[in-house]
Order: sequence, then structure tokens, then C-alpha cells
Amino acid sequence: MVGGGQLSSVASGQEIPLRLELRGITKRFGDLVANDHIDITVEPGEVHALLGENGAGKSTLMNQLYGLLQPDEGEILVDGEAKVFRSPRDAIAAGIGMVHQHFMLVPVFTVAENIALGAEDVRGGPLGILDRRRNRRDVLETSQKYGLPVDPDALVENLPVGAQQRVEIVKALTRDVDLLILDEPTAVLTPQETDELLAVMRSLAETGKSIVFITHKLREVKAIADRITVIRRGRTVATASPDTSEDELAALMVGRDVSLEVSKGPAEPGRDVLKISGLIVDDDRGVRAVDGVDLTVRAGEVLGVAGVQGNGQTELVEAIIGLRGIRAGSMELDNESLAGMGTKKILHSGVGYIPEDRSHDGVVKEFSVAENLVLDMYDRPPFGNAFRLNAKAVADNAGERVGQFDIRTTSAEHAVSTLSGGNQQKVVVAREMSRPLRLMIASQPTRGVDVGSIEFIHNQIIHERDSGTAVLVVSSELDEVVGLADRIAVMYRGRILATVSPDMPREEIGLLMAGITSAPQEDAE
Amino acid sequence: MVDAPEPFWIRERRLGAGITVIGLIATFVFGSLAESKTARFTLSADASGAAISINGQVGAILFGLITVALGVVMLTGRARRWQTLLLSLGILAFVLSFLCWQVAGKFLPLVDTLDGSLEYALPLILGALAGVLGERSGVVNVAIEGQFLMGAFGAALVGTLATSVWAGLISAMVGGVIIAAMLAVLAIRFLVDQVVVGIVLNLFALGITGFLYERLMQPNALKYNQPPKMPEWKIPGLSHIPVIGPVLFDANLLVWLALILVPVIHLALKNTRWGLRTRAVGEHPTAADTVGVRVRGLRYVNVLLGGVIAGAGGAYFTLVSTGAFNKNMTAGAGFIALAALIFGRWTPFGALGAALFFGFAQKLAYYLSVAGSPVPNQFLNMLPYIATIIAVAGLVGRVRAPAADGVPYVKS
Repeated sequence: MVGGGQLSSVASGQEIPLRLELRGITKRFGDLVANDHIDITVEPGEVHALLGENGAGKSTLMNQLYGLLQPDEGEILVDGEAKVFRSPRDAIAAGIGMVHQHFMLVPVFTVAENIALGAEDVRGGPLGILDRRRNRRDVLETSQKYGLPVDPDALVENLPVGAQQRVEIVKALTRDVDLLILDEPTAVLTPQETDELLAVMRSLAETGKSIVFITHKLREVKAIADRITVIRRGRTVATASPDTSEDELAALMVGRDVSLEVSKGPAEPGRDVLKISGLIVDDDRGVRAVDGVDLTVRAGEVLGVAGVQGNGQTELVEAIIGLRGIRAGSMELDNESLAGMGTKKILHSGVGYIPEDRSHDGVVKEFSVAENLVLDMYDRPPFGNAFRLNAKAVADNAGERVGQFDIRTTSAEHAVSTLSGGNQQKVVVAREMSRPLRLMIASQPTRGVDVGSIEFIHNQIIHERDSGTAVLVVSSELDEVVGLADRIAVMYRGRILATVSPDMPREEIGLLMAGITSAPQEDAE
Repeated sequence: MVDAPEPFWIRERRLGAGITVIGLIATFVFGSLAESKTARFTLSADASGAAISINGQVGAILFGLITVALGVVMLTGRARRWQTLLLSLGILAFVLSFLCWQVAGKFLPLVDTLDGSLEYALPLILGALAGVLGERSGVVNVAIEGQFLMGAFGAALVGTLATSVWAGLISAMVGGVIIAAMLAVLAIRFLVDQVVVGIVLNLFALGITGFLYERLMQPNALKYNQPPKMPEWKIPGLSHIPVIGPVLFDANLLVWLALILVPVIHLALKNTRWGLRTRAVGEHPTAADTVGVRVRGLRYVNVLLGGVIAGAGGAYFTLVSTGAFNKNMTAGAGFIALAALIFGRWTPFGALGAALFFGFAQKLAYYLSVAGSPVPNQFLNMLPYIATIIAVAGLVGRVRAPAADGVPYVKS
């Protein structure tokens, strides 16, 4: 797997391939053992995938390798030599670079400034005057050498995410790293951008760089990895080859057999429940986020909204639920206007809402599971009235819901923050599905949720559909939208570019997500 | 799909409407109240000598109409590129209309007014620059007032004991640094809310200097509270340039320090490694950390440097202005400096402009009260705060603080 002959051709002196070994890495946070004696070896020129669910400990492990965290036990060996990384500076000096899941770019800086930061070219001795020309040239050189086009003078905040990611990669490469860690790099990309990224990873590996690719997406792992290390609950459970089937990998990752497909029968759409037309909504900065959206969600069907994050999905959902004012257009629930109605009234008129940011908007972290389960109903019988809470009714309700929704907790009196991400999400789902619903809105319903809980939540959503509720699912994971939806609306820059059938080839949906509409459009209605 | 039309009331039109309204006020109110007598703006310090003269009523109406015209141009929405210039000219014309009304039948010594504006602005410039250093790196500095007080006190005490202006100036800087160090440790190390820390430090500085003043200085003013005053230096040749000569080139060291620091900090923020890192740490500290920048270290450096500058600003009160320390003698100047920082959008030149504007308002208030104007001088003294409220409300351009301003950095 070593990049062989190509090494020397690209080499510029320092390019001695780097061999990395992690031995017995252990990291604890209080009682939680995030990494439990993990051993990994990364050979030079290898694309090594680190596969595991959210919360399995992948990012914790890589943050130790990059010097952001220090291991409690174990050793990091670079080319056979034990190293201690107290800060990212040490890791960079040892030839390790990292592209973080949330980009580490200063939005108001230019591309060149971001790349220079921390390793500035300066002149003027102690004055440290920035040598912008040299800085710019370095950026262009690296950009050309590795075929990663970036504009050094563009402001980062004006770049689309795919371009920002290239900037991150160029930033690492200008620091002459030999090992590049990519933490969930495809989470924000369209399918086409993902393919491009995989090609870049492959060509980097061919020049002798080692790549550690952190992901939970099986398809990508199989497409690119030379070797796969599977991590589950902080332990390495297997080292697999890319020939391993997706089902096997999923089973290794979760620890039991899981079904990756959402099983559901055909939808039986009824009346129009939610009708949106000409909707215009601004974001927090006053910039148009939703730009003339028309949507209809019918009873007994799932309408999926696909699209790369940040194309107005958040604002669309917040407008429907009354959390954000609208500029123009109409939203009707069974012919009754939702505009200006107020969130509380909207929820109680039969709308369920799973917010995209669970810890901010979904639960009150310090409150108990039982309290979180009645956040929508605490002020009405049987749970309470204007003056008091009925503690017994709250507890009884919790007991029932915890069983029904398979919420794994030792007690419903524990703070919801003590639960895993998946179980916190089940609390939200349980609460929102406890009212009689006409419309269910699920925004990124399985973000940061383990595979087992994903399966459960997906089944609940289909169950809700089959009981005649209109369901609107918004997700930036195309697999999720395709799996759940009966019709897919593709959102791009605040508009619905097309409404298509989930049977449409993924590549074509991917093109729509990138704003390319030349593909033949198929109307599912 | 409907293309939404651009809303009519874009920022430029809103500003234009505002300018038109104040222009109409100037034309009709100032114009009708102004006496039809000559208003003289003299170049010397008294009524004699060369002067620019205009009939007060004519001037008030003329400048009022100019204000209206500028507002109308902005209202058309076709001059977006010149928005800032038109806005500044509009405000200037309004001020001139106001002056014509007030000065009609009297005289306003121009040089003295500008000189006085700069003098009032001096501590504000230094205080706001201290704020720029801290806040661009992500530490909110509400303690400028406290740094002023400590600086003023230190300058008076040590300046008297050592009978040296320079010893006084250095101790003023030390005084500023003491407050800055407390701010830095509490805000950066112990993650205490930075606004709360700032307010507490102001109270601390007020308490301790007040106590020492009453116990030490008041009983023994000759021994402890009679610092030498900072000398004014004339630059030969340049000081004879009309108007700006006596203002800029017949001045004390602090004036030059402030006026030199503005471009120096501006260029350093923009073009040096320190500046790039400072801005990165103030905007996105995690990003800076992941490329090996020492976030907390840099914030300490900047807050302490700010302390030096604000302390020097404090020296103004005792070594330049009054010549002795008095309890709570800064009287809120630190807060006006904070306002200048925000009004100037966290930039050195913006802070300079805001400070000069505020200084001018203060000097004008003083002049008008002496000249027996019917306008209560409290109205002009309110101007810095009203201007800042307007700026913060986003009416004048886009005001954006550094993204991580006031947010302590904790490694995850």
C-alpha cells in the first residue's frame, strides 16, 4: 500500500513516509471511558478508515493524536519513536495535520490569511510584518501541486462548504504534513463533492501521505479505505479489509445485526394537510434564506426535504413552527393559516416538532427525563394547571413512555444530559409523538444518534405516517431522506428545485442538491 | 416561484430619511430662531483678527437646506457607494447650521474650539485604543474607567513625589496595567463574566483611589498631590500653520502619543503576525488554537498592553488637565471611551473619529454654556451616548463586534 515510486517524484526533501502507531491509548472523562486501550497502526501511503458510530470515541482518539487532548495511558509512536503532543503545535511539528468536522477557519479572513495563520511568512525581524506575497505564492503552489483549486484572496465566509474544505486540506498540506486526519469530512458535502474528495484522498495517498479517515458512512469506507479499524464504545473491535460487506461492517460497528434499509409499505396519501405557497423567510442576518417555497404535505405520506445544510431548511422549518417570522407567502394547516399563530398554539393544534439541534432546542439538559417528557403539556391536565404540577401524573407518564419508546435510562428522574445522544433523541420523539398529531416535522431526526436508535426512530416515523399523519422530514443525509420519504423535495439556496421520487438515481438527486437542474426532472405526483 | 422585490426601506433610504428630517429641523427651527446678525468664526482665540463671517440666519437656513439636499440624494437610493460620505457631510452641515444659529451676533474662536476638542478627545482616544487591543483579541474591557482613575492617581502621586512628569506618566501606565492584570486573570484564567468583572474593577478603582485621596492626599496636598504639568512643545515652523499648526504642533507628548498610536495599531493589526493572530483569536479562537496559536497567552498580552495605553490616558487628567488628583475625577470618561470604541466599530481610526466627535460635542457644550445659549449643555453632553445607541442599533453602517468578543476560551 506504500505509494512506491511516486514518493520521490513529489518529494521535496522532507518527504520521508510516516508510520504511525497508537498503543494502548486510554482516555477517561470522569466515569466514562471514551477510549479503552486502543491500538492502531497507520502505514505510510495508506488510507486508514476509522469506522464507528457517533459517540464511539473516534474524535476523542484523533484529538489526542492532534494534541488537543492528552491520553491518560498509552503511547503515540511516530516512526517508532514515542512522542508526547501537548498541543497541536507539537503534532504539526511531527508531521500530523487534521481537518476538523467543524471547519477551523476564520470566516472574516481571506483564504491566504487562514492558511498563513500560525505559520506566517514574515519579514522585518521582530516586527513580524506579514509577507503576503510569499504567503499567496505558497498557497497557489500547494494548491497546484495537489490539484486543489483555491482562490487565495477570497473571503472564507463567502465560500461554499466544499471550497472551505479544500482550504482546510491545503492549510494542512502547506504545513508539510505526512499524515492527514479527516474527521467526518463528507458530512457537509453533496454526493459529487464527496466523490471529488475521495479522489483527492486517493491521490494524496499515492504521493506517500497517510490518511486517517473518520466516518460512520459505510459506502465511503468501502470506496476508499485500504484498511478499516472499527471502534465500538471506545474499543477497537476489528480491523477489516474493504472487501467486508456493508452488513458485516454495520454489525461490527453496532455489535449486532442491524437492518440498514428502512422497511415500509407504500404510502396511502390522503388530504393536503400542510400547504405552503410563496413562502419567503429571512435568516438572522436579514439575508433571504427561504426564497419562494411552495410545498404540500399530504396525510399519510412522508415528504423528505433533501439538500446540503444551510440552504434554508432550518429557516423553513422554524417558520412553519412559528419560531421565525415570515416575509411573505402563506402556510396553512388544514386550511387554517399558521402565520402569526404562535408556536405554542401551533404545537397544540396537532403539530409535532423534532428540532435539528437537540441539545439547544429539543431538551432542557438539566431537567429530568420525566420533566422533559411533559415540556409541551406541563400546564394542562393531567400534568398540571396554571398553578401546580401533578408530580404523580408526570412520573406515571414517564414510566409509560420510557418503556414504549425504549429509552435506556436507569431512572426517569435522572437529568436528560446523563443519557446518550440516541436516548435523548428518543425522549424528544416520545414527547412529540404523545399528542394527537396531524403534522409531524422531523428536522435532522437522527443527527448524532447511534445506529440502533436510528432504526427505532425511523420506524416510529413510518408508524406515524401509517397512522395517517402528514410527515415532513428534513435531513442533510441523503440516505436518510431516500429511505424515509415517499416524495423528495430538493432544496437549494432557499428554493425547491424539484420534487422527485425516492427511486430517482442518487447521482441525479446529488446534482439537484448542487443546484444543477439540467437533469431530467421527474414529478412524483 | 416569486422573486421578492427588494424592500423599499433599505438602510440607505432610512438614513436618507433621517438626514432629511434633521435637515428640515435645521432649516425651519434653527433658521427661524436664529437672529439675523453676523456670526463670526475667528481664527484667533478672541474676537479680533481674521474671521469667517456669515449672517447667522442665512447660514442656519443655508446649511439646513444643504442637509436636506444630501438627505434627498440618499433617499433616491442611487448613491449607495457614497453612503458614508453623504452621511458625514449631512451631519456636518447640520452641525454648521446649529452653529450659525448659536453664534449669530457673537463669535466662536475656531482654533480654541478645535484645540479644546482634541484635548477632551485625548483620553477618549487612548481609552478606546486600549479597548481595541483587548476586544479585537476577544476580551471585553469595561474597566477603561478604572484604568483611567488608577492612571490619574498614580501619575499624581508618583509625579509629585519624584517631581517628575515622566515618572508620573510611567506610574500612570503601571496603574492601568494593575487593573488590566486583574481583568485578564479573572476573565481569561477564571472565566468570570467580563462585563461584570469590568464593572467590579471600576468600583474597586473608585474605592481605592478615593480612600487614598481622602487619607493621604487631602491632608497633605503639597506633599502628595501637586504633580508637575506636562510641557507643551512647539515644533518650529509647523506650529505656525494656520488653524492646525497651534492644534497639532503646539501640544504635549500625550497628544502625539495618541495620534501616532492610531495608525501604528491600525497597521499592526492589519499587517503583522501579531495582528493576524490577535484578530484570529478574537474571531475564532478554536481555529487559532488548532494551528498552534496560544490563545490565552495572546489575550493576556493584549489586555496588558491595553492597560498601558489606558493608564497613559489616565495621566491626562492629572498631568495635563487639572494638575491635581480629585476623587472620581474621570467622571465617566472611560465609558465615553467605550462608546467611542463601539461607535468607531472596533477600529483605531474609527475610534479616533468617534473620540474627536465626542470631544467636539463636549467642548461645544462648554462654550455654549459660557456664551449663555438657550440650549441646555446637558443635551450636548448626552450626544456621545445617543450616537452610540444609534450606532449599536445598526442605523449607521454595519456594526459587528469581533465574533468571540467577551467569550472566554476553554479547551474542549
